[in-house]
Amino acid sequence: MADASASSNTNNTTKPAGPPGAKKPAGPPGSKKPAGPPGSKKPDGPTLPPGYGGDGGGCGLSRKDFSSDQDVRWCPGCGDYAILATVQRLLPELDVPKENTVFISGIGCAGRFPYYMDTYGMHTIHGRAPTFATGLKCANPELDVWIVTGDGDALSIGGNHLIHLCRRNLDTQVLLFNNKIYGLTKGQYSPTSEEGKVTKSTPHGSIDAPFNPVAVALGADASFVARTMDRDPKHMKAMMKASHEHAGTAFLEIYQNCNIFNDGAFFEFTERGTKASRALFVEDGEPLTYANGERGLRLDGLSLEAIDLTTDRWSVSDCLVYDASNREMAHLIGRMFDQPDLPRPFGVLYQTERPTYEQQLHDQLDAVRAERGDGDLETLLHSGETWTIDA
Amino acid sequence: MTSPSDPAADASTRSIPDATVLFAGDSGDGMQLTGAQFTLASAYARNDLATLPDYPAEIRAPAGTTYGVSGFQLHFGAVDIHTPGDKVDLLVAMNAAALKVHLSRVRPGGTVLVNTDAFAPRDLELADWSDADPLHDDTLDGYEVIEVPLTTLTREALSDTDLSKKQVDRSKNMFALGLTLWMYSRPLDPARDWIRNKFSDRPVIRDANLAVLKKGAHYAETIEAIGTRYQVDPAAMKPGTYRAVRGAEATALGLVAAAHQSGRSVFYGSYPITPASDILHEISKHKNFDVATFQAEDEIAAVGAALGASFGGSIGVCGTSGPGVALKTEAIGLGVMTELPLVIVNMQRGGPSTGLPTKPEQGDLMQAVYGRNGEAPLPVLAPASPGDCFYMAYEACRIATTYMTPVMLLADGYLGNGSEAWRIPAVDDLPSFTVENTTEPTDRNMMTDDDGNPQFLPYVRDDDTLARPWAVPGTPELEHRLGGLEKEHETGNVSYDPENHERMVKLRAEKVQRVTQSMPPVPVRGPRQGSLLVLGWGSTKGAIDEAVDRCHSEDTPVSAAHLRYVWPLPADLEALVDGFDRVLVPELNNGQLIRLLRNAYDAEFLPLNKIQGRPFRAAEICTAIRDALTPVAS
Repeated sequence: MADASASSNTNNTTKPAGPPGAKKPAGPPGSKKPAGPPGSKKPDGPTLPPGYGGDGGGCGLSRKDFSSDQDVRWCPGCGDYAILATVQRLLPELDVPKENTVFISGIGCAGRFPYYMDTYGMHTIHGRAPTFATGLKCANPELDVWIVTGDGDALSIGGNHLIHLCRRNLDTQVLLFNNKIYGLTKGQYSPTSEEGKVTKSTPHGSIDAPFNPVAVALGADASFVARTMDRDPKHMKAMMKASHEHAGTAFLEIYQNCNIFNDGAFFEFTERGTKASRALFVEDGEPLTYANGERGLRLDGLSLEAIDLTTDRWSVSDCLVYDASNREMAHLIGRMFDQPDLPRPFGVLYQTERPTYEQQLHDQLDAVRAERGDGDLETLLHSGETWTIDA
Repeated sequence: MTSPSDPAADASTRSIPDATVLFAGDSGDGMQLTGAQFTLASAYARNDLATLPDYPAEIRAPAGTTYGVSGFQLHFGAVDIHTPGDKVDLLVAMNAAALKVHLSRVRPGGTVLVNTDAFAPRDLELADWSDADPLHDDTLDGYEVIEVPLTTLTREALSDTDLSKKQVDRSKNMFALGLTLWMYSRPLDPARDWIRNKFSDRPVIRDANLAVLKKGAHYAETIEAIGTRYQVDPAAMKPGTYRAVRGAEATALGLVAAAHQSGRSVFYGSYPITPASDILHEISKHKNFDVATFQAEDEIAAVGAALGASFGGSIGVCGTSGPGVALKTEAIGLGVMTELPLVIVNMQRGGPSTGLPTKPEQGDLMQAVYGRNGEAPLPVLAPASPGDCFYMAYEACRIATTYMTPVMLLADGYLGNGSEAWRIPAVDDLPSFTVENTTEPTDRNMMTDDDGNPQFLPYVRDDDTLARPWAVPGTPELEHRLGGLEKEHETGNVSYDPENHERMVKLRAEKVQRVTQSMPPVPVRGPRQGSLLVLGWGSTKGAIDEAVDRCHSEDTPVSAAHLRYVWPLPADLEALVDGFDRVLVPELNNGQLIRLLRNAYDAEFLPLNKIQGRPFRAAEICTAIRDALTPVAS
């Protein structure tokens, strides 16, 4: 998906114009904007300059147009606020009709996300958001479906659905809010919590080895894998945008601070004092450097080595140049997780193109129909051996 | 003219009203195919019919063992046929194990045709009959026995071909088929046509099968062991065009018909499970209709995807069996809360847990009616015959979309695998199926929200059905959020308000109760008043009807009513029940409908329960009817 506008026009040429299911189309999306009810807050698109609303505008809407009237009930100081604000800032920039945007969530603090968006949305059951998204996207491939989930939701109870979503490559964005803790149930360790974690359910320390979410997604053959952090809205927005532009399952792990039950879990990577030396922002085609260019990563056999670029021994030319389309490199960098001498990678770690699930599903339906023609029910019911009893 | 299929050629032909034949052998003996071909020939002979395959849970159990026996039972007649038959008139036993497993099903005086080539010491040992000699001891006393060396005769018939011994032996089922077709004066042509078509690109195999089939019929005509040949006249069936249809197939066709008639896609999500997988197999063949299929990663994903598709405007359907329903429970509850259409087909099997995967049971009624957390009512339908699966699958889709609710369809393995002569409906005669999405803001469905903006009300209700509007993503101006948290009346916003919760619980219950508006009157067989009513539900209808007909022929005063719309209980059921002194409730479980009835009505209900992984025999119900009437008479 080179850009979102192209996708909504060309990627779905075989799809019905309106919501499918109803044979009579409900009218093309956006066709009745001017005919809305009195007091419609939807601005009259064509008369507005691009960027209306202050956040740069693809669809002529502003951040406010994507905010529901519901009070946001996350704890004050929660990282979720920054994620919500970033999504609400991003959506007006995308060329997607508002009514085509859908947020599907599971259970947990992140699960409340759809209620705060003035779009279509569904707050489903624990771990299962990918399943509802799959049915919805198959029913109407024109929809822009976002999955909002957490570390417990996606990686514990919903682990099975996550890997199969990635495998199938449904065209959707997965925003995984990772705070390394169960927040909504008030503080038990999660599948991403570090070993030894002391929580209410592990007073003597957790003995579980943690998941590295991007490694899980890479292992499940996700076609887009990225990582960002709640404390860097600019990077987060860029990553969300890249996720959206990707045709296929875009997996985006967001390091998110839970200031109540796991405060500072990612401060090492997100705070001014240590961020530069502990976080490495990968860029496709660029050498892997961090610490303001003072350090870099080189390949030593099949292992990574952090090198000091301030001495005469190494220079930028010794650093590995990142190639986000290289699966082996993505595995190597994505696996930088528990080595204290290596930084944590952020950015688009892997991206490849392969057919999306819903596209293949509809292509197959179209092919069968092209081959056999529209089904005739009378003929179908009379298929096989029949016999007639005369009156 | 001495064609083997011409009954007039044989003076000893005896006309009988109906017969039950059971083909049994190893899983690899081709018994299902033999049974299907006999069924086809019976359809050509214009008989009414019902069939039931009975195969092992193991795919390829060791040859010759009792747990590897595969059977196919067929009941055909010149009279109305309600069931695959209480007792077997002819058992075709391809080996010792098949005889051992199925002999008890043969009526006293019935016929047993045995393949004597499969009764060697090793065969007897495999059948756990090491120290017996069933062909010569008293095992078969009281039966008419036809001993045929099927394997030897087949090898002789094909002695001049280049086929391997294995290939030759594999066609011995065609010998048995030819022989039995002759015995019941069935035409050979349907089987011949099938063989020609099936092996059109393998002429050697084709010719071998045709030759063996003919040899079987000639052999039957020639040997003196077959004393009587039978003739079963055409049944006086309602005029129309018929086909044999299995319940799983009919279910799939009903779903396809629902898509076709509603002009809406059906999205069928399923995870493979016995005995529901055949619905997925069947519906997958018809993708030139508006049906999409999704083989999910697990049961939960299947229902989640179906409900997601319903959110998107399709009719979401998922088929499974009891253990699968258990896994889907939470998502079905979400369907109740979000008030989206959803159809859950449960091909029930013996439980609990993995239970008896290939055997029928009606053990999931309570699970269907009450088996969710919280107050989560939903309508429950139950087809009464294989062909009825078509209508009830269609009806489930209609109710789900009309009332915006999950609907459970309770079939079972007996219906799913069984088949009957099905009168094909005219498409124009199907109930009308029009459900519109809400596509426009109106005064009724919009409000001004806390920010002063217009906001769609996803939970305003239709006055008659109490259904909420079905507005699908992609529709401008109607953006809204659904979810599992309690909904505020009309706005659909999350609400923890105590009074609102109570109101919503009662509204959801009332909505499901109103489904009774869409139910036809409960049909009654016999007078509407009397001393005894037999009240069943779902797949037991055939056995109950047959039992009641037998009782009527003996002037036993009894009536029968049958529930296909099981929950909520039909509105006219109370008055019906009140018209009888007692109500007998046959169920293939430990008493589930009877609890619902006792809770709803003040009448005397008598249980009749069978929990053996087998359907009722009409005789069992007859006995219960007589017993129930005895105290009243005395």
